[in-house]
Amino acid sequence: MLKVNNIDVFYGNIHALKGVSLEVNEGEIVTLIGANGAGKSTLLKTLSGLLKPKNGEITYQTKQIGGKQAQMIVKSGISHVPEGRRVFANMSVEENLELGAYLRKDREGIKKDLENVFELFPRLYERRKQQSGTLSGGEQQMLAMGRALMAKPKLLLLDEPSMGLAPLIVKQIFEIIKMVNSQGTTVLLVEQNANMALSIANRAYVIETGKIVLSGTAKELQESEKVKEAYLGGV
Amino acid sequence: MMEWLQQLVNGVSLGSIYALIALGYTMVYGIIKLINFAHGDVFMLGAFIGFYAAIRWDIGFIPALILAMVICSIIGVIIERVAYKRLRGATRIAALITAIGVSLFIEYTVIFFRGAKPEAYPELLKESYIDLFGASISSKSVLIIAVTIVLMLLLQFIVHKTKIGKAMRAVSHDADAARLMGINVDNTISATFAIGSALAGAAGVIFGVYYTRIDPLMGVLPGLKAFIAAVLGGIGSIPGAAVGGYVLGVVETIVSAVGFSLWRDAAAFVILILILILRPAGIFGKNAREKV
Repeated sequence: MLKVNNIDVFYGNIHALKGVSLEVNEGEIVTLIGANGAGKSTLLKTLSGLLKPKNGEITYQTKQIGGKQAQMIVKSGISHVPEGRRVFANMSVEENLELGAYLRKDREGIKKDLENVFELFPRLYERRKQQSGTLSGGEQQMLAMGRALMAKPKLLLLDEPSMGLAPLIVKQIFEIIKMVNSQGTTVLLVEQNANMALSIANRAYVIETGKIVLSGTAKELQESEKVKEAYLGGV
Repeated sequence: MMEWLQQLVNGVSLGSIYALIALGYTMVYGIIKLINFAHGDVFMLGAFIGFYAAIRWDIGFIPALILAMVICSIIGVIIERVAYKRLRGATRIAALITAIGVSLFIEYTVIFFRGAKPEAYPELLKESYIDLFGASISSKSVLIIAVTIVLMLLLQFIVHKTKIGKAMRAVSHDADAARLMGINVDNTISATFAIGSALAGAAGVIFGVYYTRIDPLMGVLPGLKAFIAAVLGGIGSIPGAAVGGYVLGVVETIVSAVGFSLWRDAAAFVILILILILRPAGIFGKNAREKV
């Protein structure tokens, strides 16, 4: 479904991604784990069109999307839930969700998806008239995910959904990711919380200073000595 | 007492003009963090467009107003595309200096083509007086205030209820997050310039009708005053700009009415200094409650 082939991305002068390749198949949950500053967010931003790759190819379905404008990429079915949620704090929960469906014209479909989002996140329904800046961190994460789902994506990019949240909320969020996936949305999940990420993923990649250093099924990586030592807190 | 009511109406009329200009300032600042110093000159262009349309084709107030708004919105978009767009990633001071350059360019281009002499505005509205509690209120004032309120309600509707308005608010809050929604940020910024410039154009025609004298440098002082109004209300805040404009208009009129008409302009700048010292965020300044 998504194939990244040998891309290089620069942040000004910093060579943030060095020849990264990865693949996401339809229906999977693929996770990308790595430490702070390894290039995880850079990769997602490149996939969603906020950054442009210098070299290499990004193929989504049959189209080349590397370096395309963000709105084209959203339209083709990729939604990105950015790091730190980035909800529109000056707008209500409902308005945020409407903006998620910005490019869609099918009123009926939008209405149905709004109901579906409220079903996934009942808290958002309770707070739909509230300014989103007043939500708790977990609620904002739910809103950011709901907003991305309103675009009816085939591929959902999630950037550290567990960041700064209490363990119980993290568990809820991951349950919802699994549920969204089972409803037919493919997921590429970037995480520092390797334990949680590997527990729901099919396959995983490990990124270190801009390079993919390991890949395999989630199970393989859970058992790998290297991953255990570096990311699972050693056992 | 009657006299005060009359002065209040005068103040609100002047305030309407400041408010209309200030809205454009604040919207542009809100979305690209640029103080668009050329905005006062778009106001001047609006006055001249209304003027020439009225004497050429003998059209009335409302058609002149609409024509000035349409042409000014196009001019606003051209200014943004030609001068500011390429500076999107540049420092704010570079953009600010460019804005001053655009301002001078517009002023002296107009002077180049038609000279600096002032014009007497054609009488687009018949002057008559309405008796209100013993005070005689100019019908012009009433119409100007009404037109301004209609325009503000329209703006409020656009910003809160339409798709482009929601896109504008989203981009002004977080441009990258807006991109991820599929919003075309460049077009949204252009739309903001179009709307802000249309309001400035409307203010220009209203100014001409009300004060009957226009010239190519007429935008300088009202532009600065409207900037003060925007800061007073809290730059970036739409209701703030409207309130700031009215407050400034009324204060200036009161200062004149009590006999200090020479101090009228100074009053505005004293307000600017006070607001910057006491409450730099302005009346409606953002103290957003955000949890992270």
